[in-house]
Amino acid sequence: MSRQIVMPFGPQHPVLPEPIHLDLVLEDETVVDAIPSIGYIHRGLETLVTKREFPEYVYIAERTCGICSFIHGMTYCQGIEQVMDLEVPPRAHYLRTIWSEYSRIHSHLLWLGLFADSMGFENLFMNSWRLREFVLDVLEETTGGRVIQGSCKVGGVRRDISNGKLTAMAADLAGFEQKLSDLADVFLHDDSVKSRLVGVGNLSKTDAYDTGAVGPTGRGSGVAIDMRMTGYAAYGDLGFEPVVEKGGDCYARCAVRVRELFSSVEIIRMAIERIPDGEIEVKVKGNPEGEYFSRAEQPRGELVHYVKGDGTKHLVRSRIRTPTLTNVPPLVKMLQGCELADVPVIVLSIDPCIGCMER
Amino acid sequence: MTYLTRSPWILHYDASSCNGCDIEVLACLTPLYDVERFGILNTGNPKHSDIFVVTGGVNEQNREVIKNIYEQIPDPKVVVAVGICATSGGVFRECYNIMGGIDRIIPVDVYVPGCAARPESIIDGIVKALGILEEKRARMRQPDTGKKATGGETV
Repeated sequence: MSRQIVMPFGPQHPVLPEPIHLDLVLEDETVVDAIPSIGYIHRGLETLVTKREFPEYVYIAERTCGICSFIHGMTYCQGIEQVMDLEVPPRAHYLRTIWSEYSRIHSHLLWLGLFADSMGFENLFMNSWRLREFVLDVLEETTGGRVIQGSCKVGGVRRDISNGKLTAMAADLAGFEQKLSDLADVFLHDDSVKSRLVGVGNLSKTDAYDTGAVGPTGRGSGVAIDMRMTGYAAYGDLGFEPVVEKGGDCYARCAVRVRELFSSVEIIRMAIERIPDGEIEVKVKGNPEGEYFSRAEQPRGELVHYVKGDGTKHLVRSRIRTPTLTNVPPLVKMLQGCELADVPVIVLSIDPCIGCMER
Repeated sequence: MTYLTRSPWILHYDASSCNGCDIEVLACLTPLYDVERFGILNTGNPKHSDIFVVTGGVNEQNREVIKNIYEQIPDPKVVVAVGICATSGGVFRECYNIMGGIDRIIPVDVYVPGCAARPESIIDGIVKALGILEEKRARMRQPDTGKKATGGETV
């Protein structure tokens, strides 16, 4: 056996948009173990519940992460609504679903770009991000913000989208979908992409389940787990089917996300077709008393917001568990036995969102 | 725009930001905004870079990393604080693990406010930084007025 050496990866590294540190234990070019250490982005925002009133904390919840900010705000609001027994109007549910799915498309396209960059495919990176600007334009037109939307509130949503605008959005999706399929074609069928991804970073179904993989990381290994199946917001009405791949390698995880882009487009189209007219919010009276675990599907997997109130306008406790945190043990599993040159691709394949993870 | 005679490279570091500003910094580099037309490239190596773009309100663990990167960037260098967190701590100002702004750790030349900072304002901030970079370079060449450029003079 050759001598073992430990090589640091991060916190500042060209493929990482955010800091995480991995100690890679190497034998020649083979990684035998990876020891992650975190804490570079920890802000301690959960403690702010004691300083901000519960309706204001939506803004803090949204800023847990700038990529899936809308879903963070929505999950927190759903928790408070459950504690306070608020009946959110159906139109608000549909609008939340539409914005969630646009966020998912923007997040997946962002990830596809970064992933292409990690395998040295600069042109594909640029093209994914060019396409992503279409989604950001829609979000900006309908909510006012490109990456932090601020359109969700306890009891509903802050602003409506007119039916005319919704029809126009649905019409624009056709052209967008065409461009998406051109992009998907490269990710799924290009030989050089395949040679970088197929068989790299294997995670078996049992390992995925045992280590607690969620989201596309789990679904790429055949674990059909998706919180949208629980039917929160309008997903119950829309008849949701999760996207599952069996390969368990980087290619399968990429394929899950590529296929989810199309399923998100389909969900948005259906939601626009079926959205009912009516109110977009209910009046919130009193303060929350009680506790609730609110769960939703983020682009990276299952997101949990725990809220606990004692009848005052400040919550006692908020706890956020994000998918990247649960996807770190599967990542360590994938890295064991891989080659050093594949480390950036494998790390990116779980779609790490460190800002989320460390809160 | 006469100072756009060189190709300054940027180094981007996320110092406890929520990602919002980071993805907008990256969006600047991609086709719609395309700062490469100013000769600007994003690099991962401090020794290759001239402009240090930092986002986020800085936590305890990031402090040394930022100092370390800053010291490794050769003179003249400029620091651009992107987003309200990098400027003052923003919504996280009262969090127990947030220092509250990059200028508590290293000198900052340009502040770009916003939550998240828009790509247009980030580009504006970086173009301002290019001017400061040239001033610092000119100052370094004069034998009398100090060799080392210091930051924190221009907004």
